[in-house]
Amino acid sequence: MSSKTVQALDRVVIRFAGDSGDGMQLTGDRFTSDTAALGNDLSTLPNFPAEIRAPQGTLPGVSSFQLHFADHDVLTPGDAPDVLVAMNPAALKANLGDVPRGATIIVNTDEFTSRNLAKVGYTTNPVDDGTLESFHVHPVALTSITVEALAGFDGLTRKEKERAKNMFALGLLSWMYTRPTTGTEAFLTKKFGARPDILAANLAALRAGWNYGETTEDFASSFVVAPAKMPPGTYRNVTGNTALALGLVAAAHRASLPLVLGSYPITPASDILHALAALKRHGVTTLQAEDEIAGIGIALGASFGGAIGVTTTSGPGVALKSETIGLAVSLELPLIIVDVQRGGPSTGLPTKTEQADLLQAMFGRNGESPVPIIAPRTPADCFSAAMDAVRIATTYRTPVFLLSDGYLANGSEPWSVPSVEELPDLHVAFASEPNATDPKGEPVFHPFLRDEETLARPWAVPGTPGLEHRIGGIEKADVTGNISYDPDNHDLMTRLRQAKIDGISVPHLEVDDPAGDARVLVLGWGSTYGPIAAATRVVRNSGRSVARAHLRHLNPFPANLGDVLRSYDRVVVPEMNLGQLAMLLRAEFLVDARSHTSVRGLPFSTVELADVISTTLEELS
Amino acid sequence: MTTIDVGMPVSGLRSVPHLPQEAAKQTKREFTSDQEVRWCPGCGDYVILAAVQAFLPELGLKRENIVFVSGIGCSSRFPYYLDTYGLHSIHGRAPAIATGLATSREDLSVWVVTGDGDALSIGGNHLIHALRRNVNMTILLFNNQIYGLTKGQYSPTSRVGQVTKSTPAGSVDYPFNPVSLALGAEATFVARAMESDRAELTTILKAAAEHRGTALVEIYQNCPIFNDGAFEVLKDRSQQEARIVRLRSGEHVTVGAEGDRKVLVRKGSGVMKFIPEAEAATGESGAVVAHDPTLDDPSQAFQLSRLDTPEMTHVPMGIFRQVSRPTYDDLVRDQVRAAVDTAGGPAGDAELGELLRGRDTWTVE
Repeated sequence: MSSKTVQALDRVVIRFAGDSGDGMQLTGDRFTSDTAALGNDLSTLPNFPAEIRAPQGTLPGVSSFQLHFADHDVLTPGDAPDVLVAMNPAALKANLGDVPRGATIIVNTDEFTSRNLAKVGYTTNPVDDGTLESFHVHPVALTSITVEALAGFDGLTRKEKERAKNMFALGLLSWMYTRPTTGTEAFLTKKFGARPDILAANLAALRAGWNYGETTEDFASSFVVAPAKMPPGTYRNVTGNTALALGLVAAAHRASLPLVLGSYPITPASDILHALAALKRHGVTTLQAEDEIAGIGIALGASFGGAIGVTTTSGPGVALKSETIGLAVSLELPLIIVDVQRGGPSTGLPTKTEQADLLQAMFGRNGESPVPIIAPRTPADCFSAAMDAVRIATTYRTPVFLLSDGYLANGSEPWSVPSVEELPDLHVAFASEPNATDPKGEPVFHPFLRDEETLARPWAVPGTPGLEHRIGGIEKADVTGNISYDPDNHDLMTRLRQAKIDGISVPHLEVDDPAGDARVLVLGWGSTYGPIAAATRVVRNSGRSVARAHLRHLNPFPANLGDVLRSYDRVVVPEMNLGQLAMLLRAEFLVDARSHTSVRGLPFSTVELADVISTTLEELS
Repeated sequence: MTTIDVGMPVSGLRSVPHLPQEAAKQTKREFTSDQEVRWCPGCGDYVILAAVQAFLPELGLKRENIVFVSGIGCSSRFPYYLDTYGLHSIHGRAPAIATGLATSREDLSVWVVTGDGDALSIGGNHLIHALRRNVNMTILLFNNQIYGLTKGQYSPTSRVGQVTKSTPAGSVDYPFNPVSLALGAEATFVARAMESDRAELTTILKAAAEHRGTALVEIYQNCPIFNDGAFEVLKDRSQQEARIVRLRSGEHVTVGAEGDRKVLVRKGSGVMKFIPEAEAATGESGAVVAHDPTLDDPSQAFQLSRLDTPEMTHVPMGIFRQVSRPTYDDLVRDQVRAAVDTAGGPAGDAELGELLRGRDTWTVE
């Protein structure tokens, strides 16, 4: 047993930072899993370059993973790290600005060579030139200690030994924060089962890191963060992309329909394709198409055939798919378009987050072409948002946009896994017989005879005798679906398509205003949920009132939204774009919604939003 | 798990429900929709439509299991006139949409109707990828060498020098040969027919429908408004025989009437050329070429496709290539079926619950 002291903390933010090839994402993932297993609530923020291996040791090549864990509920990945692990000078330089004075920094001194320092413009070594004197710095020769710890592994090259340094770092941090390493050991055993020497080396490095913390005087104490009080249930940790894929599979299961994904690889959406491609056992069909347009074409073809057609992409892909989305609007067939938003325009920031595709989803097509839009708020929420998207698509026979983003896609949090029985029933009835008679009294099928309540047209799939029909992107006559260029008919059909989307049943917007006397409402959508909730908590803790509401349905809006907006003196709308929701709110409700925007490729910080709210409150007082 | 035996050709219609033997034979009328056909008077599309409506009953398929998918253009109006399921989609994308439909529904006979602009210009990417994947569907490519619906611009099969509304000084755009393109993409069934030769067209359509995989049939089709007479030299009975090279499996490749016949020969592995029949008999000018569409190597079929010239001196018609290769949609379905079967059948609530929980869960009491 260690003779060192153990201190209790209520929350910690750790950032692992290193070169793209240093395995920081893996290290962060493993620390997250072990933390989740311990029962802390948590939130993560991976941050990595678009290049797979940018030049070693350079600033563009820095990859990081931030984890916020606590003994209470966690809303964001944390503004600033309490601990920075910097595997090289580039990682230190790129991240130091985010680290508050007094925080702990662990540096891998082996990498602080004059050559590596020069690569990032350090003329002297920041570890000993006073740059870091306001921090608790632990200089650790991570690489050479790891290599030394693996001295007995004769079958491994020096390079292979060096590669295990991330496991050494993980072992050290696991000791510092009293995390069990059994989960990581099991993970390594599975990953390296075929290479016993590599497996043994990684396990040895992990233990060496742990032991280093326990024995070296440099680390005076370790810390515990008690489990968070979370509602009873079975939990797992999920990223947004995983939760979204699972939501689609669960929806297809509850609809008893096949799930068919047509997709073209694009960051940050590709992981959904990967996840679904591995679920053939669940009857999932995935087709990797020749381009974005074919991806959605495949999905729409499958929908015509009676499947739940899905396409997954990011902003640039949506641009290419626009014409087919318009076709789906005109055909009135179910279709799911998943847009995992990233920084734009054009290629933009492929691995960074942004919310700037809202207006593209809303209006990015020719003609009057309304499409419902749903946005999940947290990584785990991607599951139920995906199920909701399928409900709307199949009930109303319409394409539906599911707007995730890079932060939700790669970030993770604990998810209380629902039981299958309590998931919504999404059963769909296909048309099975003629629904009208012709002038001669013969039964006929009218593909555009609508349901009076939902305005949805019948979904008649090929293979159903007697319902043979032809549909297309040319304007169709009301009811019969025959080609029609009649002016009044086009006016009617345009209004019917709009009315159908406007009439979609979405729940009322709930407002969180515990004091009940707030004059300011903060309204958000999508992944800004965590930062907004954390910021309002900060403001309320200082004794002031502020109301908060979050939109899941961007089209149509909840029916009570206008009333909610008008009942506050001031409405603040934080968005990771230049004010797209605010523009819609102003246009729809004539309210003076105030935008607060940032497009830095990163989620809002709690402090930034708390400042915005405070300033607004002061203006009113 | 079902697997496709590569050695044995499997019908493209194997999984499509057929009418019972005792059922009354279907008629052309049953396949004719109630919609007014709106092509220009004299359009070649009428002839093709009549041929397809008359031929479809011969397949003996349940009408509800036939789907025609099209893109944009004059030819793409085709599905409206057939009383089957039909989807008139957007420009160039029909092969992609049909790929999704054919892969998710093996019980359907899927047809794509497209034109030279739709298939080879805006939709060129989808066409070549459908052909290389070998999705079980039949693509009818109506080639009139012009954009008709947009009123007369040159197309990717228009001749160099062709004067159109968008090329008043003559087109400088080098055209595609659709058959060469398809063979280059390693399509497993490639054929060419004339709209006016109904008997030959019907024979080819039947073989294409039976083919398991992507069948591409290029159909020369006259546009009487914007490119009238483009194929006149092939329709003119006095010139026809000297120009049309009828490809017949197992037979020598010849052109010209009895007495004036030329035979295709090849010296070594070099270029092919037509020489008079008598000269060919000596064997000095090279080996006489026998047509074999089932050759795995597409080289000879490609060479035959190159006999074609813009002047239409010699135009091969018939089936260039007809080989058996596992289809994309069969392979995709096999993988899903195998995964489901290995796991002991379709996933129920218990299996979904297991998937949602994943491998790494913890419980909060």
